[in-house]
Amino acid sequence: MIKVRIPTPLRPLTKNQGEVEATAGSIAEMIENLNAAHPGLKDRLCDDKGELRRFVNIYVNEEDIRFLKGKDTSLKDGDEVSIVPAIAGGN
Amino acid sequence: MEFTEAQLERYSRHIILSDVGGKGQKKLSQAKVLVIGAGGLGSPAALYLAAAGIGTLGLADGDVVDLSNLQRQILHTTDRIGVPKVESGRQTLAALNPDITIKTYQYHVSADNIMGLIADYDMVLDGSDNFSTRFMINDACFFARKTLISGSIFRFEGQLTTIKPHEGFPCYRCLYPEPPPAGLVPNCQEAGVLGVLAGTIGVLQAAEAIKEILKIGDTVADKLLIYDALEMKFRKVSRPKDPNCRLCGPHPTIKNLSGDYAVSCAI
Repeated sequence: MIKVRIPTPLRPLTKNQGEVEATAGSIAEMIENLNAAHPGLKDRLCDDKGELRRFVNIYVNEEDIRFLKGKDTSLKDGDEVSIVPAIAGGN
Repeated sequence: MEFTEAQLERYSRHIILSDVGGKGQKKLSQAKVLVIGAGGLGSPAALYLAAAGIGTLGLADGDVVDLSNLQRQILHTTDRIGVPKVESGRQTLAALNPDITIKTYQYHVSADNIMGLIADYDMVLDGSDNFSTRFMINDACFFARKTLISGSIFRFEGQLTTIKPHEGFPCYRCLYPEPPPAGLVPNCQEAGVLGVLAGTIGVLQAAEAIKEILKIGDTVADKLLIYDALEMKFRKVSRPKDPNCRLCGPHPTIKNLSGDYAVSCAI
């Protein structure tokens, strides 16, 4: 089981849960599984071509997957995944 | 410059700290920090920087005080509704610490004016409220080699990092290469923000600015700090340099501020 931290902007899709659980062997699989449980999530994370959006980062245990193997980054039981989109508020 | 008796007393709780001392306090008094945005983040940050005796504090903001600002923008007061924010801020900061120099810039920071604006400062605090300004400030500080303390807030969540690619650390585009397109996410007015969250993140920006000036402690330049006010959790994730960064990478495609920064205020 993998714990996935959902950021505030995406919580409307997870019934306001800040953390959800997923079973997956890779980030790509995790996104598919999350989308099945929480429809619409994939569209927020990936563009039309299925690539991760460039203003949303995904971390596996504090490491940015862009600097690992991207969507092919493997996951194992007990991993903690964080989804961290850019936010711009300051006013 | 020697401190007066009153200044020695004002800053005594700093001066007795071995990591600050008289030398550190002198560094603070010689520092020049520009705060962009005299709003949610800029208010608490500027208040603590002024209290700390930062010698020259710049405030840049083109807006006037609005009633809906006062839930979080603690530089301003009810009787100053309609007053330019930088003027309201100047009054508050001067009352707190008359020793410091406060410079105000009553206009919106843009690609046309930012290079001249930041040239006179050692460091910039980003308290802006939209992606286009944030990316533009990042790029300008990269070109001018100025340390940038970046904070941002959204609803109950905040982010903090220090950006100093001139010291070998990643830039903001290493973290997020591009801003989101308009319309994909709620806009500024729809989003809402817990007022005190602006205080939490703005004060952390001030703390990091002071540490950078004093060159003490650990930097967050290779980390992104994420604060969730509802869960009361602080988390840090790693923030490496992107070898393909369009701005600070070895083969940059962004070479000046002539690019298109005009995206919406979408968050």
